[in-house]
Amino acid sequence: MRSRMWKLSLYLFIVGFILNMLGIVSHVVVSSFAKRWFGGLLPPAYTTDWFAYAWKNFDLGQVLGITLLIVVVVVVLALAIGFPAAYILARRNFRFKSVILLLYFLPLVIPQMTYGIPLATTLYRYGVGGSVVGVILAVLVPMVPLAVFVLMPFFEQISVNLEWSGSVLGASRAQIFRRILFPLMIPGILTAGVLVLVNTISNFELAFLLGGGGSQTLVVALFYNMFAGGVRPVYSIDAMAVIYMVMVMTLLLIALRFVRPTQMVFKLDK
Amino acid sequence: MRAVANDEKSEFDTLAFFCLLPSLLYVLCMFVYPFLYGVYLSLQPQKVGGFSFANYLTFFSDPYQYGTIWITFSLAIPTTIVVLLLALWLAYGMRRGIFMERTVTTILIMPISLGVILLSEGILGFYGSQGWFNQVLLGLGLIKEPFILTHNYAGVMLALFMQQFPFCFLMLLGYISGIDPSLERSARMLGATPSVVFRRVMLPLIAPGLAIAFALVFVMSFAVFPSAIMLGQPAGTTRTISIAAYQKAFEQYDMSAASAIAVVMGLCQLAALLVIILFRRRLSPAATMGVGKR
Repeated sequence: MRSRMWKLSLYLFIVGFILNMLGIVSHVVVSSFAKRWFGGLLPPAYTTDWFAYAWKNFDLGQVLGITLLIVVVVVVLALAIGFPAAYILARRNFRFKSVILLLYFLPLVIPQMTYGIPLATTLYRYGVGGSVVGVILAVLVPMVPLAVFVLMPFFEQISVNLEWSGSVLGASRAQIFRRILFPLMIPGILTAGVLVLVNTISNFELAFLLGGGGSQTLVVALFYNMFAGGVRPVYSIDAMAVIYMVMVMTLLLIALRFVRPTQMVFKLDK
Repeated sequence: MRAVANDEKSEFDTLAFFCLLPSLLYVLCMFVYPFLYGVYLSLQPQKVGGFSFANYLTFFSDPYQYGTIWITFSLAIPTTIVVLLLALWLAYGMRRGIFMERTVTTILIMPISLGVILLSEGILGFYGSQGWFNQVLLGLGLIKEPFILTHNYAGVMLALFMQQFPFCFLMLLGYISGIDPSLERSARMLGATPSVVFRRVMLPLIAPGLAIAFALVFVMSFAVFPSAIMLGQPAGTTRTISIAAYQKAFEQYDMSAASAIAVVMGLCQLAALLVIILFRRRLSPAATMGVGKR
């Protein structure tokens, strides 16, 4: 009986959390379609005008373009830098390996606000702060280690024997990479790419500290417009939030084809 | 790891060097160097010139500034404890899987991927005094006055909870479901009640993971920034230390003082981590991991 109650309370909590999540998300969606909404369970009249309003007034075309550019560059660079490092860290043993692993782990566990301020100071001093380049450089700081740690177990799964056989049969290093490692690593590359993608789009702190007038990503623009509250109608801000949400949710659904939900957080058993 | 590396021939060759170089350079130039530069800069105040602790002295003599440490702790510690207890309870209950687990975990990671900004906007609407939460409670006659859950301390706690709970839960779920289920079965067979199994068998095994989860959640909560602005009173009761650092850097353009605050913030987080690490040493090591579900 007691364990029944226990199970029941677990399910009630889960249902409560899910309802709360759905409530939070759908409140934004409903509000973005509301003509006006002061109290009451649902708005009295609906409109889609706020999306057009948001698109025009928040310069969303430009903001989305910048966001897309930043995201693509970050994903490509994080994979390009992380891939060889993950290969070595998965395959080789050497003296300072644990030090390097710890070093790569730090940007993931130290809050971005803590290292973001000295990082922003440094980048502004070199004149790249407030530009697209600055945002990319800053966002890459946690994303390169993320790519490394996601790719490493995929390399560990590929038997070294495959590489040895290839080299015994006369394949060069480049051929082994192109014909053996790369095809076998495609699932790993997709997983890492998707995780970096989702994390870059929803990254706020670093993009906020480094982003200037012409280099605001969608989240940062969203924050500025909310913070300036009262200047713009709240429905138009919610419309912008919905555009952001649709983007993230689409990516999340794609991501979950490659990734288990528990892979989105750290593994504790190390 | 170290022993293995020393026994075997070190496998570090030219290829390894060139493969590691880009990422290592990146982390050193963009992570380690800014940190060191920040510490250096914080000791070179703009007004005084030359080496001096003036920034730190100013920070610790102004209650408006050093008060932010207390405010941040008073937000981060209760949040961490609540998050940890609830996540432990839920993850422990779900350790052998539940109905529609995949769907449930997918919905749980939504707040992580949606990001804090959207979450805060949603909380503002949903938990606001005109929001659905209060309307439903008022409609059911459960409360007379709406709960004020936004633009105050409670709002920031709420946002922190939504952000940190899924994160902590999924970490613990992974950890707990990795514990060998036969241990639990043996204890049950030997006559232990479920609560004894939890206290005497499972909790000591979970404790090391719990300690790390505590440290990670605390450190992340300690840096709370956007939700403290959007859902709290950034000039008053929820002026956290990261807001203080941001204002120095980007509103007063005093990078030196901002670096000093960032250093203080980093030290507070480090102190919390050290406490956890020392505490963790005293826990029994996880003896039997990695046999369970995954």
